[in-house]
Amino acid sequence: MISTNKTELDLTVSIGGLTLQNPIMPASGAFGEDMEKVVDFNRLGAVVPKSITKEPRKGNATPRVCETVGGMINSIGIQSKGIAYYLENIVPYYGRYDIPLISSISADSVEEFAEMSEILASRVEVSALELNISCPNLKGNGLAFGMDPEITYRLLQTVRQVTDKPLIAKLSPNVTSIQEIARAADEGGADSLNVANTILAMSIDVHTRKPKIGNVMGGLSGPAVKPIIVRMIYQVRQVSALPIIGCGGVMNGEDAIEMILAGASAVQVGTASFIQPTAMLDILEEIKQYMRQYQITDIKSLVGQVYVQKQKMEEC
Amino acid sequence: MKQGNMRILSNRQVSDRYWHMIVDASGLDAEVYPGQFFNIRCSEETYPLLRRPFSIYRINRSAGTLEFLYLVKGLGTKRLTERKAGETVDIFGPLGTPFTLQEDWKTVLLIARGVGIATLAALAQDAAERGIRAAAILSARSQNDLLATKTLQGFGADVYKVTEEDGNSDVVSVRLLLEKILERHKIDAAFTCGSKRLSRLLQEVTAVHQIPAQIALEEHMGCAMGVCFACVCDVREGETLKTVRVCKEGPVFPLEKVVLA
Ligand SMILES: Cc1cc2nc3c(=O)[nH]c(=O)nc-3n(C[C@H](O)[C@H](O)[C@H](O)COP(=O)(O)OP(=O)(O)OC[C@H]3O[C@@H](n4cnc5c(N)ncnc54)[C@H](O)[C@@H]3O)c2cc1C
Ligand SMILES: Cc1cc2nc3c(=O)[nH]c(=O)nc-3n(C[C@H](O)[C@H](O)[C@H](O)COP(=O)(O)O)c2cc1C
Ligand code: FES
Repeated sequence: MISTNKTELDLTVSIGGLTLQNPIMPASGAFGEDMEKVVDFNRLGAVVPKSITKEPRKGNATPRVCETVGGMINSIGIQSKGIAYYLENIVPYYGRYDIPLISSISADSVEEFAEMSEILASRVEVSALELNISCPNLKGNGLAFGMDPEITYRLLQTVRQVTDKPLIAKLSPNVTSIQEIARAADEGGADSLNVANTILAMSIDVHTRKPKIGNVMGGLSGPAVKPIIVRMIYQVRQVSALPIIGCGGVMNGEDAIEMILAGASAVQVGTASFIQPTAMLDILEEIKQYMRQYQITDIKSLVGQVYVQKQKMEEC
Repeated sequence: MKQGNMRILSNRQVSDRYWHMIVDASGLDAEVYPGQFFNIRCSEETYPLLRRPFSIYRINRSAGTLEFLYLVKGLGTKRLTERKAGETVDIFGPLGTPFTLQEDWKTVLLIARGVGIATLAALAQDAAERGIRAAAILSARSQNDLLATKTLQGFGADVYKVTEEDGNSDVVSVRLLLEKILERHKIDAAFTCGSKRLSRLLQEVTAVHQIPAQIALEEHMGCAMGVCFACVCDVREGETLKTVRVCKEGPVFPLEKVVLA
């Protein structure tokens, strides 16, 4: 048997023209400068700061988070200092690191997405744009751009015209058919698909009879959502050849491998970092252990390698 | 800030609803200051999932221990009571901005409700070590719920107790008591934690008497390290309101700036 030591492992992955040294990166909104005290950013695949809006935004009422079994609901509501602050402070801050900066954008209209994308893409420090078309906390009833295939298509097509930088569309899981939205984003010109944002959810305190978060509804994240996200990665993989970034409920290396087997090329980690501040680096180590255990030298060889027997699929 | 396992030296029930935990913090190579907190993993399970924040109750630098005083509120704190001496507990910290004590202060006033005293006790200890006297008003539902009286008296503090049981914990009574203390002592600064009602009262009284005051706030947290923006509150910056993070810019804030909704 050939033994594989650390140096032989190839962890590099490509997501829509962007090559990452490894498939692990933070999820937007669960990552920030303050984490540099616990995580060496240069060891990550990329950095993804919190979604930025054009104008400063105050965010939603507190409590903004509550806990549910195996997960948490958040309704931060994209508290943001606005794009001017972002360009002046956040972009240069992450620009100092050796790894790619992926800027996540949240906007109120297709035009605003395009305007912000053009501005951000003009900065050399910004390697790719993640279009957050899926935040459930913005519009009153948890509606997002990414719930409508036509708007998704138009949005991607419009943004595509203003930049050549890789575009990642962060899809909403709060749809009847994620495949339909994935196809729309692909046809519109996305280079990669993030599957997916948080799942619209609600929790009630039975003693006070009040919703547990100030904004009534919010987005569910954490281990509870992982099976749903794995299913969606698998479904999206059927209809689009674009590289997928899996996001939702990754707590350890096996969770990340599961998403890769379902079809993801890279994985984002959010809630896990709240519980274990070093989670992203721990997950990376666990992926390497898995690769050594199964003598896998190239992580790319695992993408989409779930064994599914065709007939069984058709039966159900 | 640092995350790691610390050995539990003791974890005991001290009254109906309160527990006291001592951990071996000799491996922690960071200074800890009153007002700061640690984010503790109460259980290894996925429910409860998130860590829980607890203020530092006592710092024993020579013994290398840290102490926490906690109220059993829900599942997280319930799980914490099940942790035994000899086991380890996963602790992340120290986090947040501490209280500040000025060298020229001679007497400070502490006013705490319920488990808010857990946060102020470390400050009383620090004040005593610096030769600053303390007067403390402790408020609770019942005599049994009054915490840390002996600890505070051990630091030389004058302790005034008010409870619902004794019918003297309402705002009007506490205001009278406050005014009496302010007549008796020259109070250089005031500190509070644990009750919006008492904080509002202290905000009014310290404004009138022009006494600087600080408050330790609580808010539901996600990350406790300033990245998720879950734990925000509003503070006044001149004419405008600014939204700040309790875990990062706080939990200690100048009382006059805080918007107490
Ligand atoms: C900076 C800071 C310092 C604190 N210091 C202490 C202390 O020294 N001793 C002590 O007993 N308590 C302290 N608390 C409150 C303590 O964190 C909560 O009582 C505890 O999280 C409740 O958890 P639970 O699972 O038992 O309750 P549950 O009600 O089941 O908790 C559910 C959720 O609500 C959150 N939550 C509930 N109550 C509070 C609260 N008052 N503040 C913030 N989040 C809350 C929990 O963290 C959890 O996410 C502090 C809170 C903060 C923010
Ligand atoms: C507190 C919090 C804030 C978030 N803010 C954003 C955001 O600004 N933009 C975004 O695209 N996703 C945001 N998300 C969603 C995450 O990026 C991610 O999609 C989700 O948390 C699922 O991953 P997880 O289970 O690993 O946390 C946020 C999630 C959390 C928990
Ligand atoms: S808890 Fe995340 S910013 Fe304070």
